[in-house]
Amino acid sequence: MSTITVENVWAEFGDQIVIENLDFEVKSGAFLSVVGPSGCGKSTFLRMVLGQDRPSRGRLLLDGKPLPDEPDADRGVVFQRYSVFPHLTVLGNVVLAYELGQSRFLGKLFGAAKRRAKERAEELIVAVGLGAHRDKHPSALSGGMQQRLAIAQALAKDPKVLLLDEPFGALDPGTRAQMHALIKPLWEQAGMTVIMVTHDLKEAFNLGTRVVAFDKVRHDPQAPGRYGARVTYDLDLTREGAVPVLGFARPIPLMAAQ
Amino acid sequence: MRRAMNIRPAAGPRLLLAILPFLLLAAVYVIGSAERRAENPNDKLLPPVSEMAATTSRLAFEPDRRTGEITMLADTLSSLQRLALGLGFATVVGLVLGIALGILPVANAGGGALVAVISMIPPMAILPILFIIFGLGELSKVILIVIGVAPPIVRDIAMTVQAIPTEQLVKAQTLGASTWTTVVRVVLPQITPRLIEVVRLQLGPAFLFLIAAEAIASDSGLGYRIFLVRRYLAMDVILPYVAWITLIAFTLDLLLAKLSRKAFPWAYVGERR
Repeated sequence: MSTITVENVWAEFGDQIVIENLDFEVKSGAFLSVVGPSGCGKSTFLRMVLGQDRPSRGRLLLDGKPLPDEPDADRGVVFQRYSVFPHLTVLGNVVLAYELGQSRFLGKLFGAAKRRAKERAEELIVAVGLGAHRDKHPSALSGGMQQRLAIAQALAKDPKVLLLDEPFGALDPGTRAQMHALIKPLWEQAGMTVIMVTHDLKEAFNLGTRVVAFDKVRHDPQAPGRYGARVTYDLDLTREGAVPVLGFARPIPLMAAQ
Repeated sequence: MRRAMNIRPAAGPRLLLAILPFLLLAAVYVIGSAERRAENPNDKLLPPVSEMAATTSRLAFEPDRRTGEITMLADTLSSLQRLALGLGFATVVGLVLGIALGILPVANAGGGALVAVISMIPPMAILPILFIIFGLGELSKVILIVIGVAPPIVRDIAMTVQAIPTEQLVKAQTLGASTWTTVVRVVLPQITPRLIEVVRLQLGPAFLFLIAAEAIASDSGLGYRIFLVRRYLAMDVILPYVAWITLIAFTLDLLLAKLSRKAFPWAYVGERR
């Protein structure tokens, strides 16, 4: 189980308010897409769930327990860039996922443990379609292949929550479609909760079981940082019946969120 | 006509272009030396190549009548020992402190300003202090090299560590890494190529401090010899010694460059030829 509860979360940097009063729950095993304009706090929200940033007010819970405020192995992540280690081969990158947690002093496994880690890593590498490239360094891989590697690396730890920060944003449309076809069965198999931040509405609806839109609902032209973003649309895509389309669903009233 | 910045020499012409300036310099020297000799047969300033070769072979192959040692070999060994000790110690200090300053915000807050200030102290200015504290022996010369060379290594390594994308450090943590395993498996391997590069860049300063210390107080070493024979205007010793020191430094630099490329090919992928 991995239900994420967001309780009255605010993100403020100095007197600039980025996110105001987020309050919702992400069901275990859901695939939540977060969309919104640039600078609306989508990535800030993701970093808070990841533990990289702290909410200035409110709490984040995983299965009712507060999320640790630093990254840990429960929460895997794939960033848009720099997600893989340039000094290791494809296989080395995935094996490292096993080595870092298990070996406390050298961060390296030997003998039978190393063999087991290698076997599991190779399964994952084949699952993301990099079987032929296992001995290459990331610099020899295309952008799409690097993201496949990052996904394999994140899945190696069987995280309860997988966080995707515009993971396919830098890829061309063809590669992006391939990545969508890759990530969906992986998520269904693993049964983890996924939160994906994206700019691409089609992608958000394609992959998500739920789409949440962030935006600023109030603006003060004299003080652009005075008001933060909040959830403006919250669409459940698993409902029976017609697929809801953005604009058809009823916007959440301003007062109800407070 | 192509733009100058787009004209790339092929391998053959490239080699020729590399050798040409050396030949030109040698020719200038030979002509200058011959001119001066023609005017004054006792000229000591620009000795002919034959004279330098004779002196060099005497220093490099025949034992000294007073000490029984081969002068150039003994000088080279004692200088290289000081250099290796100083540079090696500075590298270790630079690596450890640099990583600590780069990865630990607390260490950076506590030590960043100190290192920035210390690296501004001119090492030669505190050489007298070193002589007073550590005596005139080997130690003060090694310490001078360390003090001169370690601060730039510390700062460079700290900056290199800070330049590692945050994404990678976060990613390592999501894979279960501690601070220590992040350092060992993510940070250290990625900065090693840069460390070798920094040591290469510090070879010049290291030799500078070595020769300065030897010139002031020593009884052996390459710098000692040069400053000793200066009194007799013995350019036939000084010039070969300078060439020899240059050759040593150049070889060390080349070896480190080759080692880095061989051991860390991934770090040189994006390099422009």
